[in-house]
Amino acid sequence: MNSVPRQRLVVIGNGMAGMRTVEELLARAPVRYDITVFGAEPHPNYNRIMLSSVLAGEKQIDDIIINPRAWYTQNAITLHAGDAVIGIDAKTKTVTAASGLRVAYDKLLLATGSKPLMPPLPGLDLPGIVTFRDIADIDKMLAAAEAKQRAVVIGGGLLGLEAAWGLKRRGMPVALVHLMPTLMERQLDTEAGTLLQRDLDERGLHFFTSGQTERIIGSERAEGVALADGRTVPGDLVVVAIGIRPNVDMGKAADVDINRGILVGDDMATSDPDIYAVGECVEHNGQVFGLVAPIWEQAKVCAARLAGDTVASYVTPALSTRLKITGIDVFSAGKLAAEDDGDEEVVFRDAAKGVYRKLVVRGNRLVGAVLYGDVADGGWYFDLIKGNKDVAEMRDRLIFGQGFADQDCCGGSKAGLNVAAMTDDTQVCGCNGVSKGAIVKAIGEKGLTTLDEVRAHTKASASCGMCTPTVQAILSFVTGSDAAAPEVMCKCTDHGHDHVRHAILDQRLKTMADLREALGWKTADGCAKCRPALNYYLLCAWPGEYVDDYRSRFINERVHANIQKDGTYSVIPRMWGGVTTPAELRAIADVADKFNIPTVKVTGGQRIDLLGVKKQDLPAVWGDLNQAGLVSGHGYAKGLRTVKTCVGSEWCRFGTQDSTALGIKLEKMMWGSWTPHKVKLAVSGCPRNCAEATIKDIGIICVEAGYDMVIGGNGGIEVRVTDPLTRLTTEAEVLEYSAAFMQLYREEGHYLERTAPYLERVGLAHIKARILEDDAGRKALYARFLFAQSFAQDDPWAERAGGGVDAHEFQSLAVVS
Amino acid sequence: MTNWIDIGTIADIPRLGARTVETALGQVAVFRTAEDEVFALINKCPHKNGPLSEGIVMGRKVACPLHNWVIDLNSGHADAPDEGCTTPLALKDEGGRLLLGLDAVAAVAHG
Ligand code: SRM
Ligand SMILES: Cc1cc2nc3c(=O)[nH]c(=O)nc-3n(C[C@H](O)[C@H](O)[C@H](O)COP(=O)(O)OP(=O)(O)OC[C@H]3O[C@@H](n4cnc5c(N)ncnc54)[C@H](O)[C@@H]3O)c2cc1C
Ligand code: SF4
Ligand code: FES
Repeated sequence: MNSVPRQRLVVIGNGMAGMRTVEELLARAPVRYDITVFGAEPHPNYNRIMLSSVLAGEKQIDDIIINPRAWYTQNAITLHAGDAVIGIDAKTKTVTAASGLRVAYDKLLLATGSKPLMPPLPGLDLPGIVTFRDIADIDKMLAAAEAKQRAVVIGGGLLGLEAAWGLKRRGMPVALVHLMPTLMERQLDTEAGTLLQRDLDERGLHFFTSGQTERIIGSERAEGVALADGRTVPGDLVVVAIGIRPNVDMGKAADVDINRGILVGDDMATSDPDIYAVGECVEHNGQVFGLVAPIWEQAKVCAARLAGDTVASYVTPALSTRLKITGIDVFSAGKLAAEDDGDEEVVFRDAAKGVYRKLVVRGNRLVGAVLYGDVADGGWYFDLIKGNKDVAEMRDRLIFGQGFADQDCCGGSKAGLNVAAMTDDTQVCGCNGVSKGAIVKAIGEKGLTTLDEVRAHTKASASCGMCTPTVQAILSFVTGSDAAAPEVMCKCTDHGHDHVRHAILDQRLKTMADLREALGWKTADGCAKCRPALNYYLLCAWPGEYVDDYRSRFINERVHANIQKDGTYSVIPRMWGGVTTPAELRAIADVADKFNIPTVKVTGGQRIDLLGVKKQDLPAVWGDLNQAGLVSGHGYAKGLRTVKTCVGSEWCRFGTQDSTALGIKLEKMMWGSWTPHKVKLAVSGCPRNCAEATIKDIGIICVEAGYDMVIGGNGGIEVRVTDPLTRLTTEAEVLEYSAAFMQLYREEGHYLERTAPYLERVGLAHIKARILEDDAGRKALYARFLFAQSFAQDDPWAERAGGGVDAHEFQSLAVVS
Repeated sequence: MTNWIDIGTIADIPRLGARTVETALGQVAVFRTAEDEVFALINKCPHKNGPLSEGIVMGRKVACPLHNWVIDLNSGHADAPDEGCTTPLALKDEGGRLLLGLDAVAAVAHG
């Protein structure tokens, strides 16, 4: 019943604080308000924290949307995205937006965040200067990264470092200028800051510490920055990330009390009782905010008050910091150093491992922790600090972490955590204030089995994501399963990849329809995620029997060429081991001329790419290439791509074996095979490794005594150096061991999992057990591979060039006017 | 009055697949679902003009080959959270012959 007329709530700021408050409010009082939201940005509410990951290419904008537009519709919220509020009349209780729209309110919520702090520097208005705050900033930075310009980042705090790292990941040379002698000096002590700088230096960032920026160089656009000590740092993109200050514009417009931020009381109300404020725009008890953890608390209190609660009141929680740079682990909370004689510092260093820990102890309490390199215990220390717990008992073991400090501990889990030993009130997710107990409870009560479900129900690991390994460890601990495994294939099924692969073999499922039926698929046709996977699993399980379902393949594998952004295709013929002949080159040149192919490029895989071929020309192009003996290079396939080689002993003065010939033999054995993801090999003639074998799925490095076989390398998104598998003495052994590993990966890999993550998932020991320690097993794998190959090595181009196979793919159905 | 143009037979399109038709309005993609329903869309993904005819067809939807947006074959709308729409065209199956209603586009283009 809706007897009380709804009140009108207007929210200014469609960001993290504003929408969290609305979410909390809807949970408490779903029908109390008609809600209107104004957002200056043209987007629905997104996770600003994750902009760093978007910049670094680890996430897409789509992945970081918190509330899609449908959410607003479902909750009957009127959203004006891309329309900033420019005026507030607190007397008539109306707001006016830039578009001219006027909306009346009963309660008003200000959640306008903050503005990047800009230093008073000459030249700051030049094109090429950006800040790091919203999607528009990311777009500018990515455009610059695409143009391969150089970047200078001003500011060595969290934001500046994440910006610098993201740009570096995007391929830009990056220099970072920081006013202080060490990085992140507000969160890290000198030693951890120095370690951080060393590690980032090794990753290719250039630092100018103790660098006071004096002005921006350039007349038409930014060309770099000049420092006060005379140094200059060139760059076409200058990112200013020196800090933020509360955006108080709306506070001014409403004429409420303002200091550094919009002043709020413990009830989150401003000096006008009908106007509330939350987030980075507020000042509470002299404090302003820049992390989400306290903001989520504010949202709770504010929502409670808006819902009619008269007691909820806000207290700033203790804060901890983490840096979101993949592979760099930093944690700090509380005091960074002893402040007087009463404080003691306990320090642990393992220089070789790059691990550093400092604890600050006052009396019998822990008051500060700085961790570098291994931060698994961060949450535990943070709890001890927040809980003001007496640590006298474990004082001498404290520095070694929870596993040692807690007396009767048992084995830890993968993440190096001891879930059993964690108390229920241990805070796991700092951003959302979720404890271990809350997660365990939700898993039990709601029967959660996947990380996504835990996120949806508890919000744990849903903000910055740094606690994901811990949440996963708790999930596996409670459900008694490996949390990495039950990750389901897609929305069409509740099964994971391994389960499906086993079922195919155990139940002898041989068609996609049987499989979906037997495993209770929820959709009739499957989706673009599961269909290619199932097709591969069936193909791998039943070589020669299963009929490939080409409609379940991505376009590239369907038409045996790579689709380009304009809908044309690229064609890469195989160039065995990177060796070619004048006749082949002539044929490639002729084809390019004949079909007006706009770009001919040497690829990173030692062969030639013809780019911009029209789809209808593909069969004829292939026909001509086939004539010269050239076959498909499978540059499009989840299958064998290239085998790179160096010149080796045939020519090179250091070569120890004929690496070129061996590479060609490997490629001739493996071409045409389908695999869970693409597979690349390389053979180098000596340890100088000119063919870069140590970042390939399988690498062979020739040495005087034979051949070193290395596996699981990846030069892609996350560079991974191979693990050494074994040393072999003959070429025949190289072929056998390589094929055996390939087959093992074919049989065990999850679809779209390269050998690098596959190896990390199953462990090197498992692979050694199967390939090195089990001779009969290895030989059987080898035989299975060769058997599968006997059905796979037909040139797909030759089949299509004559118009035999799939002719309809390459012709229009009709031409009508 | 719609002017229906014969573009071929349903058998010319693979199940869970698509073919293209060149028209004065640009390239049109004609799709056939597992249930032998047929649909026609202007062959341009609302995201970055990807050729939808090259996508994977599932149910009454197609996943764009370029960046995986999922487009409804009936309405031309992208599935949330993506937003956008390509133009659907009238297409009917009369005894196996496929008839494309080119001028029917005006009626829905702004829908
Ligand atoms: C053509 C080529 C670039 C070039 O001009 O040199 C290329 C082009 C593409 N690469 Fe690559 N890669 C090419 C060598 C590489 C290399 C270098 C190498 O092979 O030695 C790497 C790093 C090595 C590695 O894979 O470990 C590489 C790592 C990637 C990745 C990241 C893979 C990863 O595991 O992280 C992707 C994305 C993916 O596969 O999901 C990718 C994806 C692509 C795609 C398929 C992107 C796409 O989906 O459209 C590009 C297809 C272009 C086309 O239409 O032809 N390409 N790509 C190279 C083709 C080599 C060949 O002869 O077949
Ligand atoms: C790159 C980056 C990384 C970060 N990483 C972390 C992290 O790891 N951990 C962490 O805890 N925090 C992190 N933060 C901080 C965190 O994102 C903020 O604390 C949080 O977003 C603040 O929420 P808010 O709602 O107050 O402000 P915002 O999320 O900025 O939302 C304010 C919104 O109001 C809009 N607005 C402003 N004025 C008007 C107007 N007049 N009319 C209409 N709309 C208006 C703005 O456009 C904006 O969309 C990071 C921030 C950035 C930029
Ligand atoms: S790897 Fe060795 S053999 Fe090959 S080119 Fe380099 S030095 Fe020569
Ligand atoms: S063009 Fe279709 S998804 Fe990008």
